[in-house]
Parts: sequence; structure tokens; C-alpha cells
Amino acid sequence: MGEVQALQNTMGEVKVIGSSKSLFCTRVEWALKLKGVEYEYLEEDLLNKSTLLLQHNPVHKKVPVLVHNNKPVAESLVILEYIDETWKHNSLLPEDPHERAMARFWAKFADEKCLMGAFMAFWKEGEEKEKAIESALESFTFLEKQIQGKKFFSGDDNIGYFDLVMGWIPLWLNVMEEVGGMKLDDPQKFPSLHEWAQNFNEIPLIKDCLPPRDALVNYFNFTVNYNRSMAEAKQ
Amino acid sequence: MAKSDVKLIGAWASPFVMRPRIALNIKSVEYEFLEEILGSKSQLLLESNPVHKKIPVLIHGGKPICESLVIVEYIDEVWSPGPAILPSDPHDRALARFWAAYLDEKWFPAMRNIVTAKDEEARKALMDQVGEGLVLLEGAFSKCSKGKGFFGGDQIGYLDIAFGSFLGWLRALEKMNGVKLMDETKTPGLLKWADSFSSHPAVKDVFPETEKLVEFAKVLAKFKATLPK
Repeated sequence: MGEVQALQNTMGEVKVIGSSKSLFCTRVEWALKLKGVEYEYLEEDLLNKSTLLLQHNPVHKKVPVLVHNNKPVAESLVILEYIDETWKHNSLLPEDPHERAMARFWAKFADEKCLMGAFMAFWKEGEEKEKAIESALESFTFLEKQIQGKKFFSGDDNIGYFDLVMGWIPLWLNVMEEVGGMKLDDPQKFPSLHEWAQNFNEIPLIKDCLPPRDALVNYFNFTVNYNRSMAEAKQ
Repeated sequence: MAKSDVKLIGAWASPFVMRPRIALNIKSVEYEFLEEILGSKSQLLLESNPVHKKIPVLIHGGKPICESLVIVEYIDEVWSPGPAILPSDPHDRALARFWAAYLDEKWFPAMRNIVTAKDEEARKALMDQVGEGLVLLEGAFSKCSKGKGFFGGDQIGYLDIAFGSFLGWLRALEKMNGVKLMDETKTPGLLKWADSFSSHPAVKDVFPETEKLVEFAKVLAKFKATLPK
């Protein structure tokens, strides 16, 4: 049996319930593409959630949800590990337990401090915005140290788990900076991180899954206006 | 492996510290426990966890590992053979990790905030949230245990550890507020599981007594009142 046939037989039925503008969903697509797993993408209207989504993620009602042979997996980092464990070739996580622990540690840090930090800096205004930016910059300093001397977070040759986790920086952060009026990915402050972002975004399978930049700009503008109008309606 | 090769920096009252302790007990790994004192952080802690400066930190062969659930997975991977902590099936593993993330990101913050709630209305809202969360976890227990005594089945596993480490504080909170958050009508499975978990050989020596936690809560409140805002 050929390798491709063998792989397709083991794939089973794979669906991704997601939103093309969501960085969490793109992570999942990247992982599946790195593994060569074919999947059906079901685009969700987040303002009008489908029964399927609510059925498969009743706790959070959020995307992404991976549905493999009708069994759902939710939470993007949980999904990445599931993908790595189910399709074992082209490993996302390193072999060595200590390195795996480091990858998981930094992923948690990056999502909690850098990603959430960027969102805070995006959403807040005035003095709170300044504080949020300062806090996010401190967190980014740690990441700069991690990438120094390496082409990718996972090493010099191939991208892995942590590169995927950080993959929101080249496009999403760039758009958030434009719409939100702040700068975090500063090439002078974080030269190695900036270079990593350029290298990462050049990879064909990464580029293929990115939403068009205009669509993302519109999306972020829309959410800012939507939230402002909700806030005004409350007053 | 020599005991000195495995160290754990922690504190008796921390639910997060309890997690790697249970994991090490399951694997029968001897370790040196380095107790931190409330109000001061040791040089070793600051050096081993410069990013967060928090416990627990596992130091194995001189290398530090931080974040309680990351440590638990590390312990499971390094000391194998030994009873498995994570399930073997990828979907079961995903389910366990999903619920552990729910506990740490949604459930525990609500529970922790009950203590500092600004008024009775806020406190009640948080207690309702915790109670609703417990009903969800009752459902998770039915699904994960598959009729056995633990989330991990016959043996305690990752999710038992992740959730069970909060039981001491849950009981302390129930006592301090005169309420029952886990009860026979809404969460019968969890109530039974809680007893089995707290008396399990790998758990009972590190499971904090409710009374001691209630006393400690007072000490903690006083200490926090002295901190600059």
C-alpha cells in the first residue's frame, strides 16, 4: 500500500469548524496541512452560531472545533496536541521531554501574556492602553530572547508547535497595530522576532491559509465599531 | 534516581503545587520538597522561574520546569514505565486537557474571586458560577470515568489531579461561607469521587486539611492587606 493511500486510510473523516478570520482556527489548519491531513472546513458565522458548533462545543461555544470521526476536540492548543498524537509523522512537538515541557510552557506564556497582552493593548484606550502596551512589550522581550540565534522557534530547519502558536504575529498583530493604533512588533526592539516573522510568513503552506489582509482589517474595524455601539447602547 | 536529583519548590497550601506532588507519588519518585515561605521568594525560585517567579517549579537534574500541568505531563513522560497519568487514547487525552484548561481558566478564577468579592451580590454571582461549573464537571466525570471511580478510570489520572487539587480549597470555601457547592442532588458522582480522591494513597499525605486552610485563608488575607496596591 502506498504511503499516501495508507495516510488517507488512517485519516478518517476530519472537519474543522472555524472562522477564516480567527487566528486560533488558522493554527489548526496549519497543523493539519503540515501533517498532510485532508479536512473539510465549515465556516461559522460567529454572530449566528450553528447547531453543529453548539453541539460540539457546548461549554465555550467557540471556534475552532476539530471533529474527527464525529468526535469533537476544542481549544486550539489541545487540538494541536491531538493532531500531533493522532498523525505521528512530521512531529510538531520535540521528542525530548524537557524540550516538550519548554514548548508547552512558552505556548502558555505566549497566549496568556503576549496574545492577550496584544488584545488588551488593542481594545483599551487612554492611560489603560499605555499600560497595556508597556506590559505586552515586557512579555515580547522574553520571546525575543527565545528566538535569538535560531531561524524558527523549533530549530533551524522546520517549523513546529511553538512557531504555529506564535503564527498570529506576522499578520494578525500587524493588522491589530494598524487598526488599534499601537506598535508592538518593533524591528528595532525585537530584531530577531521580526526576522522570524518574515521567515515564517514566507512559507507557502503558511501563506495559503492566511485570510486576505483587507478582510482582516475590515473585521477588526467592524469589531471595534460593534463593541463601541454596544457600549454606547448600554449608557 | 537519587532523591537529590528531583526537587520541587512549593508550598503546602497551594493547589498547583499539589499537582506535581501527586504525580511524583503515582510514579513512586522520591524528591526533595523545598517549602517557600509566604512573603518572600527564595533565590532558587527567582532563578528557576524568572518569567513568573511562581511555584511550583520542578528541578530535575538541575533543569527547571514550570507551570503545574506542564510539570505533570513532563513527569508522566519521563517516568514511564510507571502508572500512566494521561490516558492512552488521543481523544481521551484531548478531553482531559480540555477540562483541565476549563478548570484553570474559568472555574478556579471564579472560586478564587469569591474570597475577594466586593459585596454579597458579587459573591453570590461567583458562587452560582462555581456551582454551574460543578454541574458541567459532573457531566465530564460521567463521560471520562466510563462507570469507574476516577476521571482516569480505575486509577487516578491527569484530570483527577487537575481538579482534585482544588478540593481542599473548595471545602474551605464551603465552610467559610456556610454553603454546600458540591452536593448529593446536583453532583452525586463528584461527591463520591471527592472522597475516593482525597483518601487515595498518592494523594492523602499531600491533601491539606480543611481547618488548616481556613486558618491559612485568614493569614493570607492579613498578608495581602499589607501589600502595596
